[in-house]
Amino acid sequence: MSSAAIPAPGVHPPGRTSPRGAAFDRLFEGLCFAAATALLASLGGVLISLAIGGWPAFAKFGFGFLTTSTWDPVQQVYGAAGPIVGTLITAAVALLIALPIAGGVAFFLVELCPSILRRPIGTAVELLAGIPSIVYGMWGLFVFAPFFSRSVELPLMDAAPAGSIWEKIVGGIPNGTGILSASIILAIMILPFIAATLRELLMSVPAQVRESAYGLGATMREVVMSVTLPYVRRGATGAVMLGLGRALGETMAVTFIIGNSHAFPKGIFDSGSTIASTIANEFTEATSPLHTASLIALGLVLFLITFTVLALARLMLRNQARL
Amino acid sequence: MLRRLIAAVVGTSVAAAGAAALAASISGAGATFPAPVYAKWAELYSGATGAKLNYQPIGSGGGIKQIEAKTVDFGASDKPLKPDALAAAGLTQFPTVVGGVVPVVNLEGVQPGGIRMSGAVLADIYRGVRTYWDDPVIKAFNPGVKLPHERITVVHRSDGSGTTFLFTSYLSLEAPHWASGVGANDSVSWPAGVGGKGNDGVAAMVKQTPGAIGYVEYAYARQNHMTYALMRNREGRFVPPTAQNFAAAAAGAKWASAPGFYLLLLDEPGATSWPITGATFILMHVKQTNAQNGHDVLAFFDWAYKNGNPAAEQLDYVPLPEPVKALIRKSWLKITGPDGKPVYR
Repeated sequence: MSSAAIPAPGVHPPGRTSPRGAAFDRLFEGLCFAAATALLASLGGVLISLAIGGWPAFAKFGFGFLTTSTWDPVQQVYGAAGPIVGTLITAAVALLIALPIAGGVAFFLVELCPSILRRPIGTAVELLAGIPSIVYGMWGLFVFAPFFSRSVELPLMDAAPAGSIWEKIVGGIPNGTGILSASIILAIMILPFIAATLRELLMSVPAQVRESAYGLGATMREVVMSVTLPYVRRGATGAVMLGLGRALGETMAVTFIIGNSHAFPKGIFDSGSTIASTIANEFTEATSPLHTASLIALGLVLFLITFTVLALARLMLRNQARL
Repeated sequence: MLRRLIAAVVGTSVAAAGAAALAASISGAGATFPAPVYAKWAELYSGATGAKLNYQPIGSGGGIKQIEAKTVDFGASDKPLKPDALAAAGLTQFPTVVGGVVPVVNLEGVQPGGIRMSGAVLADIYRGVRTYWDDPVIKAFNPGVKLPHERITVVHRSDGSGTTFLFTSYLSLEAPHWASGVGANDSVSWPAGVGGKGNDGVAAMVKQTPGAIGYVEYAYARQNHMTYALMRNREGRFVPPTAQNFAAAAAGAKWASAPGFYLLLLDEPGATSWPITGATFILMHVKQTNAQNGHDVLAFFDWAYKNGNPAAEQLDYVPLPEPVKALIRKSWLKITGPDGKPVYR
């Protein structure tokens, strides 16, 4: 009997009573299956209900909904290009700012940090990730914006020669809100996520690998660039995409500090809007059906953007795995 | 033993359900602007009568949707529905309290009430036509005020709000250019400026930007000691935003001839009337499916009209004038139960 193969779940050799727990196994299997399919079903349900809710907007404006930037609730004309571009720009700039810093934090913690500091700094990074986004928004508006206006925007605007391209780039209203401010706040928000994940990844690099590189006479920079980074490349891409996903969908902090204008931003200090901030601003008071439908359609667009980002991340991972 | 336990549990839960049904609770949802005063009234009312009121401040748009779907006993909106929209949905509306919108500025050396404005000038500023504080037209209103050659930064609400609806309605009334180019709504396509979220967002941006102008609710301007502007009213006088001046606007308005109380208190007659005033509204179905619920809602607001003035004033809302309340009570007679009789007398 001991040589018999392990029976498939729920199947037991004939002539024997069901082993204790087999019924529970089946139940467990069923519950796991239900959990997984419920997730898939609710994802599909969200997608379908967004598509149905937003359909009147797509039917009315067609492809122009994505390419025009007039957002006028009085005339009932809705074009989402402004918020879409704002979403992509702020998320991309936030990632550009956050990634090098997060990388630095993670490398410092794993490679350089005196062990006595390692715990406190690591905990601080994790705590930073737990701060609610509304707090970042308030801090951004009441503390960061005045500072940014005084110390960055006004000096840059004063320094820009009249009529030059610089004057256009730094144009806008110098009150500390705008596209760049929102990107910086977003960067601070996604930094701890990326840093904490990168740290875990770097710690997973086996000591032998690193030490042999050092043993071959590699400098620290060479070890980082040629050994540890390639080792954690797949996981790191995932960490970055996680951060990007948060930046794309972040709502409250951005709403406070982006200046909330639906037009295309003309400079780095100009007001803009993101998809999430537009929905947060207008959904509660949207009374006309077309306005509501347009906001739901915006939600669908955000869903698809996030989906595309995740799909691209998957694709990149697969390509790297082949190398 | 087990059976007894089950019986006990079932017994208590049935009793709890019964108790909940007894303490008649009415539910409403909608506008955020009057939420503090509704909550205060509900608290006082519950203390006086034991009846509960549950109000969810989800925004006017949500309030209208929920009352249309009959998921609440009453809806609340800062933006009155037009009479034809009311009729189409089988709804009736009545005002509860009055509030006002106040232009606020950030100008060095200018004290609260130290600058004068008219509707047409405000509209020009918000259209981005008058861009400097020492504009000749602004100067003409303000002899003796030192206005700097400083860019005007326009700040508006980014979220849809009744405040914006009232403000843009006022600008539409005062300036034909605004009416045809931008229009009035709870969110509009702003020709100029930056958007702050909520009253606090607008206030923060005005305070942090030298040369900024914004507009906030009266209670907010008052509690934060903001630099408000005097507005020119219909009689040509420049008046400050005070509770008395809002009340004057509400008293001067012709409620009796407004079907469905569809009335924005904009540029109302009266020597001291504040020109950007407005009421907030309650929406109810004309035909109540449950007469008792309709009765409970109206009993609550009847009580609030009688006893709620001090609480409202404490929170910087302006109670309705007594003659208007009498008109509203009369309008309640058309709210009927399934038997066709008025639910509340």
